[in-house]
Amino acid sequence: MATPVMDKAEAGAPANNSPYITITLRIRRFNPEVSDEAYWEDFTVEVDPKERVLDVLHKIKWELDGTLTFRRSCAHGICGSDAMRINGRNRLACKTLIKDVNPEKPITVEAIKGLTLQKDLVVDMEPFFQAYRDVMPFLVTKGNEPTRERLQSPEDRERFDDTTKCILCAACTSSCPVFWNDGQYFGPAAIVNAHRFIFDSRDEAGEQRLEILNDREGVWRCRTTFNCTEACPRGIEITKAIQEVKRALITRRY
Amino acid sequence: MAFDVDNPAPVIEPPRARTSKTPKATRGNFEMHAWLFMRLSGIVLVVLVIGHLLIQLVLDGGVSKINFAFVAGRWASPFWMTWDLLMLWLAMLHGANGLRTVINDYAERDGTRFWLKMLLYTATVFTVLLGTLVIFTFDPNIR
Ligand code: HEM
Ligand code: FES
Repeated sequence: MATPVMDKAEAGAPANNSPYITITLRIRRFNPEVSDEAYWEDFTVEVDPKERVLDVLHKIKWELDGTLTFRRSCAHGICGSDAMRINGRNRLACKTLIKDVNPEKPITVEAIKGLTLQKDLVVDMEPFFQAYRDVMPFLVTKGNEPTRERLQSPEDRERFDDTTKCILCAACTSSCPVFWNDGQYFGPAAIVNAHRFIFDSRDEAGEQRLEILNDREGVWRCRTTFNCTEACPRGIEITKAIQEVKRALITRRY
Repeated sequence: MAFDVDNPAPVIEPPRARTSKTPKATRGNFEMHAWLFMRLSGIVLVVLVIGHLLIQLVLDGGVSKINFAFVAGRWASPFWMTWDLLMLWLAMLHGANGLRTVINDYAERDGTRFWLKMLLYTATVFTVLLGTLVIFTFDPNIR
């Protein structure tokens, strides 16, 4: 995919071998202080295809239209602020290279789905974080504090390693069709973060978390569509983690 | 309509957002058993349904052989009565629970949810009872 683009860029930029190409970013705009209608707006920009979608958003905001509104903080895939729907797939704008999303056609950028749209690419994350808080995402222990750190074998640590990688960007939860239709469903991200503690040998509230996820809006709502696993910018095997919680619930009973 | 800073347009809330007031209701293990039932009944249904389709539609002349005598002949045997009874109950409960999931997914308002499910449960109970009645009271000599 990258090669023809580079060729074209070279052909279109005579003499100076410029790496720059002209692309169209098609952004879903919404500003409740102007209109109740969202609409698509095209921005044509010169970019290096090795730049990221976030760089292009910056360029637009800083040089073309200062009213463009989006979240980002670290700009390097750690803080989880800039999950958005790029060409119809949930991704982090700061980890998506232009050359990887077919720059020959307009690249669509819109807010993640299933949460209240507030402005342009910004949604209300509160229901997402409420589900996160509801699974008690912190270490719970009983008895006296040990005088040194709580030891754990490498194997025990490995058991939940995958789910420690979550950055709470909401790419998974907002790609889940069950969550789109029923915002009371805990959603994949909350289950991932419960998994992080349920399978931690040092934690003592696994039972409690399992009981929380046994709820009507808990793990049994999952339909195994794998949208979450595909969306995760950290490559967490989310669907597998959800299935492991289901299995723990069943083996606990039988 | 004109909107401005003091009079912003209403935002569109997705259905049933989670808030700190969302009830932490837990209905025991019902959802877990429903989930398990879908998988277990599915496995049994594969055998029952494929067997049923083979006998009714493929083997021994296909559909053209089906008439009153054919049905009466099969239901003379307790084995086929049990087979059909099991298939009726499992398929109906499996299908009903599947549709319950679909309604939970797609109904946005709680009232719509409730009434769609009531309709579903009524239809399910009616069909299961009627089918069971027919299997047990079938009379091959009826005129
Ligand atoms: C032939 C063997 C069958 C197997 C192995 C099977 C298996 C399954 C499983 C595992 C599910 C759950 C899917 C999920 O939760 O994600 C399901 C859902 C469902 N099944 Fe079956 N099933 C079978 C036959 C039937 C029959 C005969 C009916 C109709 C009477 C039926 C109607 C449904 C419905 C309506 C759903 C819900 C659809 C959904 O969740 O999207 N199934 N099936
Ligand atoms: S800006 Fe921090 S994750 Fe992308």
